[in-house]
Amino acid sequence: MANMTLLGAVNDAMATEMRNDDRVVVFGEDVGKKGGVFGATVGLQDEFGTDRCFDTPLSECGIIGTGIGMAVYGMRPVAEIQFLDFIYPAFDQIVSEAAKMRYRSGGEYTCPMVIRSPYGGGIRGGHYHSQSSEAYFCHTPGLKVVIPSTPADAKGLLIASIRDEDPVMFLEPKRIYRTVKGEVPEGEHVVPLSKGRVVREGTDCTVVAYGAMVHICEQAAEQAAKQGRNLEIVDPRTLVPLDEDIILSSVKKTGRCVVVYEAPKTCGYGAEIAALIAEQVIEYLEGPVVRVAGFDTPFPYALENLYMPDVRRILEGVQRTFTW
Amino acid sequence: MPKPNKTTKKKATRTPPAAQRPAAAPEGDRGSPALLSVLRADGTVDAERDPKLPAETLLFLYEQMVQVREFDRRMLMLQRQGRIGFYGPILGQEASTIGSIAATEARDWIFPALREGAAALMRGLPLEVAIAQLIGNELDRCKGRQMPCHYTYREGNYYGMSSVIGTQISHATGAAMAAKIRGDDVVVLGYMGDGATSANDFHAGMNFAAVFQVPCVMLCQNNHWAISVPVSAQMVSETIAIKAEAYGMPGVRVDGNDVLAVYVATKEAVDRARRGGGPTFIEAVTYRRLGHSSSDDPTRYRDEAEVAAWEKRDPIDRFRRYLEGRDLWDEPREEAFKQDIADRVNAAIALAESAGPPAAESLITDVFADVPANLKRHYDDTIAGAGATEADGHFPL
Repeated sequence: MANMTLLGAVNDAMATEMRNDDRVVVFGEDVGKKGGVFGATVGLQDEFGTDRCFDTPLSECGIIGTGIGMAVYGMRPVAEIQFLDFIYPAFDQIVSEAAKMRYRSGGEYTCPMVIRSPYGGGIRGGHYHSQSSEAYFCHTPGLKVVIPSTPADAKGLLIASIRDEDPVMFLEPKRIYRTVKGEVPEGEHVVPLSKGRVVREGTDCTVVAYGAMVHICEQAAEQAAKQGRNLEIVDPRTLVPLDEDIILSSVKKTGRCVVVYEAPKTCGYGAEIAALIAEQVIEYLEGPVVRVAGFDTPFPYALENLYMPDVRRILEGVQRTFTW
Repeated sequence: MPKPNKTTKKKATRTPPAAQRPAAAPEGDRGSPALLSVLRADGTVDAERDPKLPAETLLFLYEQMVQVREFDRRMLMLQRQGRIGFYGPILGQEASTIGSIAATEARDWIFPALREGAAALMRGLPLEVAIAQLIGNELDRCKGRQMPCHYTYREGNYYGMSSVIGTQISHATGAAMAAKIRGDDVVVLGYMGDGATSANDFHAGMNFAAVFQVPCVMLCQNNHWAISVPVSAQMVSETIAIKAEAYGMPGVRVDGNDVLAVYVATKEAVDRARRGGGPTFIEAVTYRRLGHSSSDDPTRYRDEAEVAAWEKRDPIDRFRRYLEGRDLWDEPREEAFKQDIADRVNAAIALAESAGPPAAESLITDVFADVPANLKRHYDDTIAGAGATEADGHFPL
């Protein structure tokens, strides 16, 4: 075990898998000598050379398009998109090409590719360095969407994503890149995709959260506990394909659910969780499923703190599942 | 005749930009870089450029072109009869595909666009499987999941494209990057049409190819029309090949209706790529004589006189004149071969049409390597467990 930041764990995962499998290549803007704008790829070019870790021209559609070509050919490309906010020029390549490769070719061609990208608010990044656009990708059949919330999960899920036979959007909550530390197994460490994690057990209300929000929810649960309310926090870790059982069994136990996400509220991932619960376990519900989310606005700069879900809003959300 | 070299470019004799020119036949073409041609209209060859292919190769190229023309004709007919839903004919463009594929090795990869289905056949895709793709039945490699003309043929290193214009260009570059990183002796041949050069993936794919000096040949079939938009409205640059210069790679212009010229240009580019000399861009100047697809009526937007001018430059007629001049081909052989193809296409149609629809389960397989539990439940609840039949879901019109 080593004590690492989430960022360090991401780096460790890539280094581990690059040692393990020479088909793994890491590329993107500024990932080579500089080691990435956040430092996620520091040291990889030194250890593995410029064939395995390299800078690309400044073109997201080129990064993803060439990555697809590499994956189809038989490599295990890991592409970094510097900020999720900049991924849209590559959106067509992701949703029209990578996501449909296996299906459209009847399984003749596949696209085992990982697209890593820092996402989310809380770093004073304004519109273009803060977005949480996971729902766009969750809505596209053929893409897996993975979001870690701890250093150990970041490493284990990233290794599992690289080994996966299909394209994976690996979204990294940059707000907690360096603020969250934890014990991370050294060397081989795989956290299977599509397996959620019960972050904290509780009996009174289920709180579903992922990424940086998991930690805000933990703070909220501490406060709730002082008021005699036991919150159960479930981190799905993989949004697609979802571990439905871990959420449904928790809601069956608590009878209540709040979904916390920092993306705009409408058509966000929380809507899917709410619908899932309504379809599958409505008879267990004691109150409405509540979404605590970002506003349906572009991501603000100066008023970022008001935009982001926080402890107060989460606790209010929990309260609404009791009094409605 | 000058070689297709940048040094031959003379500003003084430069023709007006393409935007001011009609889609003229290549005779008298003075675009830059100069147009490479080998086969003359009268069936003789430019001795200096003649690739001097063995007779059996020449006949193979000819037969492939004749085969694909017959296939094309019959498939369009099937579409008109309502037996397939859509077809994108390649009439007039046979030489660009056949000549370029002939310059590759079987291990080289092909990233096609809409009108390179001939490449799949040339790499060995059985006729009946190609027709099954057009029908979308259980014999189809795509399992009936794509519109017609989206063939896929893994054994032939023939990539299954999407319908999005230009996206395959950067895939070709990426595959070539992979081949280079892996140290494989593989060259990638990426195709596109003239319209695709306006897409952002053209820029990305070309630039990445040059920056990483990958073993890739990009071949643009300039057939002068992107559905109803002529190349003169697609760009103002004098030629398409000239764009390569800005990316820092050789740009070659070749008569796309001259199978030997296309072969020569592609072979030189493939050899250079294989030697580690980086990518090449080839503009094959040809013409789309029919509509964009079976759904298109080109008489609405173009002059039939233009089509007639290009009919005179038919790639098969021209090559046949050459073969006949060398006593490699004659009318009896032509008739026998055409009958043979007609028989094979007929047999393939019968075989393809005898296949059933794709298995219902193929609705949900291949989204991922494994079917996710929620997708399986959705399917079980609404199809498998609900007694659904293929007739379900039809909307009465």
